[in-house]
Amino acid sequence: MSHPFRDVAIVGVCNTTQARQLPGHTSLSISIEAAHGALADAGLTMADVDGVVGEFAAETILGHRLGPVSRRISRFGIPMLLDAAALITHGECDVVVVAAGGAGLYTERAATAPWTRPDHEFVAPFGLFTAAEFAVMARRHMIRYGTTPEQMAAAAAGIRTHGSMNPDAVYTGRGTVTVADVLASRLIAEPFHLLDCSMTSEGGCAVVLARADRAGALAQRPVWILGAAGDTFGPAYVVAPVFDAVRPGGDPDLAAGWVGRRAARRSLAMAGLTTADVDVCELYDPFSFEILRQLEAFGFCTPGEAGAFVAEGHTAPGGSLPVTTDGGTMSFSHPGINAQQVQRVIRGVEQLRGACRSGQVDGAEVALCSNGGSGALFCDVAVLGVERP
Amino acid sequence: MSAPELACNVEAVPGPRPGPASRPFWDGCAAGELRVQRCTACAEISVLPAMRCAGCGATALVWEATAGRGALYSWTVVHRPQSPAFAVPYAPAIVRLDEGAMVMSAVIGCTADDLHDGMRLRVVFRALTDGSVCTGTVLPFFEPDPNPPTPTHPEDLHGRH
Ligand SMILES: [Zn+2]
Repeated sequence: MSHPFRDVAIVGVCNTTQARQLPGHTSLSISIEAAHGALADAGLTMADVDGVVGEFAAETILGHRLGPVSRRISRFGIPMLLDAAALITHGECDVVVVAAGGAGLYTERAATAPWTRPDHEFVAPFGLFTAAEFAVMARRHMIRYGTTPEQMAAAAAGIRTHGSMNPDAVYTGRGTVTVADVLASRLIAEPFHLLDCSMTSEGGCAVVLARADRAGALAQRPVWILGAAGDTFGPAYVVAPVFDAVRPGGDPDLAAGWVGRRAARRSLAMAGLTTADVDVCELYDPFSFEILRQLEAFGFCTPGEAGAFVAEGHTAPGGSLPVTTDGGTMSFSHPGINAQQVQRVIRGVEQLRGACRSGQVDGAEVALCSNGGSGALFCDVAVLGVERP
Repeated sequence: MSAPELACNVEAVPGPRPGPASRPFWDGCAAGELRVQRCTACAEISVLPAMRCAGCGATALVWEATAGRGALYSWTVVHRPQSPAFAVPYAPAIVRLDEGAMVMSAVIGCTADDLHDGMRLRVVFRALTDGSVCTGTVLPFFEPDPNPPTPTHPEDLHGRH
């Protein structure tokens, strides 16, 4: 049987300018800017598009009078990529643009960002927000494995240093960020300090996929989806995020705290690869702890081992397994709910093209990208490669 | 310097909006009773109020009172509140009730330094206020249990399951 994504090529990517604020833009307008950028990167225009995927798919279609074309209203990065791939593999489309953007959402600055504040009646009255939801997952890991704030801070320091090196990052030029810097920043929700957490910014992000037989005539060397899958335990920020929660009679190795493990196993199996084949990890980084957790959930480290692994510098710039090489949501950009999740795929593609303006992993052939996280009870994984599957 | 007492946030915080499924829970709080919804077919406790059991799919769900006692399973201490309505530090927490349910709440009546895995807790109800006036809504918080039960199995005190 041929590979499910054999006929789908990633041919264009774009991050718009990312900034703390982009005056004059809305989430829709910056999403459309990103779509144009990714099409230009591919050597295509809107006229070539016969499918649009994203929160603003219908608006984007209307705004360019593209109809009749296909749309999928999906969110959170990798699921958007898979919706686009499916439109191509089942023969509905030839060129699909995936786009997302966030701008003008965070205006009430006395509170944390609106997308971090749940309104569900069983969590909101107790002052939960995203940092607290992820912190209670981190706490169970600390209890079980002795994981320390210093080890978590090392993950943040590595990613933030990657971001400092990246001329396109919102926090470019801030120099090396150390574990001491992270630990010296103010506490937000223990064990997280300010620099353990993602920042907030604005920007748009887009990816273009095309039928493989179109890819040869386009501007970029194509990148391929070798495997992808997603895990979900339920809606984010509605119930207590219990690390050890398993389905009735379920396997403790697939507890909620290990969300993404099944997805990583399936993705790697689809790719015919193991974690040893992965050259670079573009892991979603809402909080420092999530890096340790994902390294363990995905099989790069055994449970309880990632803290020491990260503290030894393996995930930092120049390490044996660089993680989130553009600076991620901590330093590159975090424009809200969807766009930054697309960023992980974009960075994976840039790494595999050898085109990164900073933090390029020499000869990278396989990238593992992820979205979501334990506090949010979902985690998606995509394995990208330079060779057509 | 000793750590400050954890805040009990009941003033102008986001209150529950009871729906058909959740109303018995909030009515229980107002009556001084922490309730769980249990399946009479398989004994599974609902994670969220529901019309069908998540374990077996049965519709025979009943609300029952718990003893309101349990062990601290996980927590955080918040220093940057999600909105100015919340005084800091406060401690959102997951409590494993002795009946087995995992509930989201916050620990009050002690300091952050007192919090530890398996800490014995008991429920305490506090009415929400809208500035100065009670809104009629009551939230379940947890405080250190001065009379914890004698364990029959050591694991019972460690929030394991
Ligand atoms: Zn049942």
